[in-house]
Parts: sequence; C-alpha cells; structure tokens
Amino acid sequence: MDRSAGQEAAPVLSARGLSKSYGGNRVVSDLSLDLPPGGMLGLIGPNGAGKTTLFNLLAGAVRPDGGAILLVGRDVTAQPPRARLRAGLGRSFQIARPFARMTVLENVMTAAQAQTGESALAALLRPARVRSEERAHAARAREILDFVSLSQLEGEPASVLSGGQRKLLELARVLMAEPRVILLDEPGAGVNPALLDLIADRIQAINARGVAVLLIEHNMELVARLCPRVIVMAAGRLLAEGPPSEVTARADVIEVYLEGMPA
Amino acid sequence: MELLAYAAFFLTVAMTYATICLGLNVQWGQTGLFNVGVAAFVGLGAYVSAILTTPEAPGRLGGLGLPIAAGWVGAALAGGVLALLVGALTIRLRSDYLAIATFGVAVALQLVFQNAEPLTGGAFGIGFIPRPFGGLQRQALPFAALNLALTVALVLILYLALERLAQSPWGRALRAVREDETAAESLGKSPLRLRLEAFVLGGMVMALAGAVQAHFIGFIAPANYLPALTFQVWAMLILGGSGNNRGAILGAVVVWAIWAATAALIAHLVPAGEQARASSLQLVAIGVILCAVLLWRPQGLLPERRAVPRHLGRP
Ligand SMILES: Nc1ncnc2c1ncn2[C@@H]1O[C@H](COP(=O)(O)OP(=O)(O)O)[C@@H](O)[C@H]1O
Ligand SMILES: [Mg+2]
Repeated sequence: MDRSAGQEAAPVLSARGLSKSYGGNRVVSDLSLDLPPGGMLGLIGPNGAGKTTLFNLLAGAVRPDGGAILLVGRDVTAQPPRARLRAGLGRSFQIARPFARMTVLENVMTAAQAQTGESALAALLRPARVRSEERAHAARAREILDFVSLSQLEGEPASVLSGGQRKLLELARVLMAEPRVILLDEPGAGVNPALLDLIADRIQAINARGVAVLLIEHNMELVARLCPRVIVMAAGRLLAEGPPSEVTARADVIEVYLEGMPA
Repeated sequence: MELLAYAAFFLTVAMTYATICLGLNVQWGQTGLFNVGVAAFVGLGAYVSAILTTPEAPGRLGGLGLPIAAGWVGAALAGGVLALLVGALTIRLRSDYLAIATFGVAVALQLVFQNAEPLTGGAFGIGFIPRPFGGLQRQALPFAALNLALTVALVLILYLALERLAQSPWGRALRAVREDETAAESLGKSPLRLRLEAFVLGGMVMALAGAVQAHFIGFIAPANYLPALTFQVWAMLILGGSGNNRGAILGAVVVWAIWAATAALIAHLVPAGEQARASSLQLVAIGVILCAVLLWRPQGLLPERRAVPRHLGRP
C-alpha cells in the first residue's frame, strides 16, 4: 500500500476542533486530526489523556461540546453511531463487549448491515429471502472467523472466550460491517504474547486491504511495528505528531508519560 | 367423562397462560425488558374484548355485540397501543424505569377496572361474555374439547410465528440489545426501535391472551388482574426457561398444574371458613418453587438455545 499517495488524498476521517467536558473537567480540548484513506495512525498518550473519549466522539457514542467530525468529507457530527457505521466508520471497545449469551457466529452475523430480516414484518412474511441472505451472511461471517482464527469456536457462547479471543471477536464483528475506517481501542491490552502477535498481524492485513485504521495502543513495540505515524494526546490536547521513533524521543512526550507514573 | 372434561378445561386455561408467557418471553426472555405490569396488559385485553362483544346491557356503556374474533383483534390492538404509550413515556425503556412504569400502569388500570363502573361493571365485572362454541355449552365434553383445540391452535400459531421471529435477524438483534446495548448500537442497531417493537409485540400477545381467557371463562372481574397474576406469569417463564418459547409454554403448564393442585389440596384440608385466607398459600408454594429453580436451575427447564441453527450448519 502506497501510503505517501494516501497522505495527499482527501482524509477519510477528520476531527475539527473537538471538545468535550465532563462536569467542568475538559477531557478533550480543541482536538483536530486527519486520517488519510487506507492510512494507519497510532494514537498514544498516558492513561486519562482522553483517547477513549475521542473515540466515543468520533463514533457518535458521545456528543461533542464543540467542533465537527467529517466522514468522507460529510459532516456527521449530529448523526448517531449507526449512521456513521453506514457511512463506513466502525469501532472496537477498550474493554471488549461481546454478546455473552450468543454464539460466536451470531455475534459476528449481528454486525451485517442492511439485513432484510431485521424488520419483524419482513422476517415473518419473506422467509425465503431472509433465509438466503442469512446463508450469505453466515458464509461471510465464517470467512472472517477463519481470518481471526476463531472458527473452531463458532458454536460456543461468547462468554467462554479468553480476553485475547474477545479482542479478536471485536475485530471480526466490526469487519462484518465492511467499514472503510476502524477505530481500535487498545486491541492488545491484556492479551497474551502469542495472540498479540496474531492480532497485530491481522490489523496489518486489514489495513493492507485498504481499510484505514486509527489505533490506540499502549504497547509501543506494537505501535512502532504497525504505525508509520502516531499522534500523542495529553490532558485532552494534541501534544506531538510524527513517526513513532521520533515522537517517543521527544522530551515533552517523555515527561507526560513520566507524570502518569507513580514516583 | 367428567375427568376428561376437567382435563380439557385445565389445559385450556393453561394454554391461555402459555400465551401470556409467550408475550413476556418476547419482552423479557429475548429483549431483557423488565415488565412487572403483565396484569395490566392481560386485563386490558379482557375488558376491551368483553366490552366489544357482550350484548347490550342496561346501565353499562359498550356491549357492542361484535363477533368474538373482533374482540380478540381489538384486544391485541389495545395491548399494542398501551405498550406503545408506556414505551414512549419511559423513552429508553431502561430496566428500572420500565419496572416502575409498568407496575404503576398495572395498579392504575386495575383501579380503572374497579371504579369505571359504567364501562367495566365495577367490582362485579362483566358477565355473559360470549364463549367460543357457546351453542354446545350444555354438552360438557365436546364444548371443552373444542375450546381446547382452539386454544392449542392459537398457541401453536403464535409459537411458530414467534419462533420464526426469534430465529431471524430481528430476534438476533433483540438479543444483542439485551446483552449489550452500546455494542449493538456500535454495530448499527437501533436499541430504541428494537425495544419498542419487542415491547409492543409482547403487549399485543398478552392482551390477546387476556381476551381469550375472558371468553373461555365467560365473566371477568377486577380481582383477576392483581399483581399476583404478574407474579404467576413470571414464575411460569422463569421455571420453563426464559428465552425459550417452548420453555414458556411448558412453564405455564407446570405452574398452572401446581396452582390447581394446591387449590384442590386446600379445598380438601382447610375448613370452609378459612379457605379464602389459605389460598394465599398457593402463592407461597409458587414462590418456594421459584426460589428452588433460581438456586438450582436458573436457566429453567428448557434453557435458551445457544447453538448454530441447523439451516446455517456448515455445508
Ligand atoms: N462518562 C464520563 N463521565 C465522567 N468522566 C469521564 C467519562 N468518561 C471519561 N471520563 C474522564 O475523562 C478522562 C479521560 O478518560 P479516557 O478518555 O478514558 O482516557 P484514556 O482512554 O486516554 O485513558 C478521565 O479522567 C476519565 O475519568
Ligand atoms: Mg482508554
């Protein structure tokens, strides 16, 4: 994938001066960023910097106090999450949110978009059409489960998955929605080294297929491996931007990380 | 002969409870909507159908004399409208608000049944509700058998329709909302729309069940629609298996059998003067069984199915 060409194209996702406060506490403050189509951008910063809140703003789970969000050039600031997903923006959660009492396959199939059978009337009155759609969705869900190495578990309730498998399931679900941009919130957190490698590899493969990725991650090795560029957030603001090796060598970046550590 | 007629009568009533239970299963079992006002929907269906179908009576409004089928349709529609109103008022239908709202509605509606005398007959209720196959009433067995066939057919049709819905993407989306609303929303679902639809569908089924029950018994009174009814139906669903339509039906039959058996026991063992008070022991018995189920088999007799459906089986 030619990333330098991507840089020049109009961004697939942009934030313009986003702000969000919780009870007088400015969690995200005048934050702007651009994600080029097919790009991979790391988002790092100490705990409490506002990274997850920024994701919530971008995905539509939380309304900003100010600023705008553009998705493929369209202003989606006032739109609910499902409209943004329809426009191509998917996300995962820092703490995985599997549908625990549903099978792994059902978890993934739920994420298919524009399902005829999601209307109760159509489900009752057009069984043939719903069934053929279901077959197609099941086939695609199984391909995706293969891709994330969860095929063996398709019939199990998601509650039996390990922490790392839950992260993979989140990835599978969001892929089922066929997004052009995905926001991944710490996909490597709490994952054992073997699975971590798999997750990193899968993220790379997704990006290689042309899906743009905005990646929050604390594991700097992983960030350096995946992301040609990172941005650093501290106290709700953009602190630095550049290649990971340069950014992490900056004195101000080291300082905010050290502040977050116990003395 | 008499025993057969009694068995048919018992099962017919059980089928009406099974219908209520199927309605609650859509709301709670599949969608996680905590409706503690089941009695309101059942009672509304009973009164609406009674008012629509009974013959004109002096001193009472309604009594439109419509056919029974019209009463059933009217009851289901009324249940849907009530669900829509409660749903719209508790906007997000979150569990705590919904529980308070549905309980409040059930208390309020029961007071209406009790006090809107010109419409509902007050404490005495409404009698002479036309019974299906009423022409055969004097022949106990055929009458009981035909009514049983009718309610079994109704339960079967509802079961097949609700099962098709449960297996469909719509049913899957309901379960997703039940499991994790935020995740479901992030995957493009509209929790608000799905909850409202499930609540309305469940309300319609419960109200229909109330109407069917009223027409089978032939008379209704406000005392039939107290919170104890809600409790009974919840016990049925939990015992049978929340989230499983077959479990809902089985639970209704089992709990109704326990109810009938304890009633018979009390009639035998307790002196006549004390029987009214002793009947509260029936609720205690149900409560004890409910606790036992929650302790030892919380998923119920027939747990929710969590397997890949056969038609999606690997080729
Ligand atoms: N819903 C909320 N209500 C109040 N405070 C919140 C809420 N969400 C996040 N915060 C606060 O915002 C700050 C940033 O949190 P978060 O975005 O999760 O940071 P990060 O993901 O960078 O660790 C924290 O101080 C957190 O306590
Ligand atoms: Mg976070």
